[in-house]
Amino acid sequence: MSGPGRNRPGRDDAPDRLYTITQGRSRSDPDNPFDLVTLVVAESEPTAGMQSEHVAILKLAQSPTSVVEIAAELRLPVSITKVLLSDLLAAGRISARHPRRPAITDPDILEQVLVGLRNL
Amino acid sequence: MDYATSDMGVPPLERSRERGSTPLGATADQGFKIVVVGGFGVGKTTLVRSVSEIRPLNTEETMTQAGEAIDDIAQVRGKSATTVAFDFGRITLDARNVLYLFGAPGQERFWFLWDRLFTGTLGAVVLVDTRRIDDSWYAIDRLEHHGTPFIVACNDFGGPVRAGGDVREALDLDPHVPLVDCDARSRESGKQVLITLVQHVKNRYADPSARAGLPRQEFV
Repeated sequence: MSGPGRNRPGRDDAPDRLYTITQGRSRSDPDNPFDLVTLVVAESEPTAGMQSEHVAILKLAQSPTSVVEIAAELRLPVSITKVLLSDLLAAGRISARHPRRPAITDPDILEQVLVGLRNL
Repeated sequence: MDYATSDMGVPPLERSRERGSTPLGATADQGFKIVVVGGFGVGKTTLVRSVSEIRPLNTEETMTQAGEAIDDIAQVRGKSATTVAFDFGRITLDARNVLYLFGAPGQERFWFLWDRLFTGTLGAVVLVDTRRIDDSWYAIDRLEHHGTPFIVACNDFGGPVRAGGDVREALDLDPHVPLVDCDARSRESGKQVLITLVQHVKNRYADPSARAGLPRQEFV
């Protein structure tokens, strides 16, 4: 593969760097609750000695920020980002607003989506 | 593979400090997904860009050659892993609801990741270049398989316009699936495509008799 994506951290040097970031842990835990569009909110400030990716997430998520935006901003694969978010959630440093799945089949909520789109 | 972003060389943490996108409001609590699928060069990124409130971003997911997203990063060491990259944009609908629009490649390897990334998608837009209709068959087949509601939008590349009936026939498209023309460069046109999709999805779930006969999306 060629092109600009070749130089992305997490792609170029993927295995070793990503192994370090997640300390080799599983990255596709089926219990991981994070969706691409889960909105993450920081609940604390970064502290000294914290892993740099965790610091970056807490800074990004001062207002609600989706998992996929965090992955893009950190330039990490989505699944690696989810591992990092699970750490922060377990430590109480972030809260997570997961998408409510019934919403996408609820005509009243779909009408809210339509109204929002028409107002664009 | 169409990468939308250009400033790939900036270290991630440095870049995150100079984040370009506008933050969401504090009350935002419900994210929706709509996926735009189509062949290379069909205008997915253009469509996302035309309606997005943020500069489209690009991210990726990794899987092994077996087609599974990797269970343990150690498995990838010394092996070749495949990445699927996708663009996305964002539309704030109101104080609580925010819509993410994903431009995703239609090729086969992408669909291995569908369940991992796009479960719970509100619906999909199959973006078609009428000069290369064959590119769209696979995507339509997969969406039907996954039970994801979708519409088909023909991007206008300025060539001879093919009659809607021709396209429907060429795609062997179910009569109830909306088929629209669009100009992916136009915000208004892109907006109409999204409205057509959401209206279609709403109709599907608003009519209990129609719902009974339709495949249900499985939520994992």
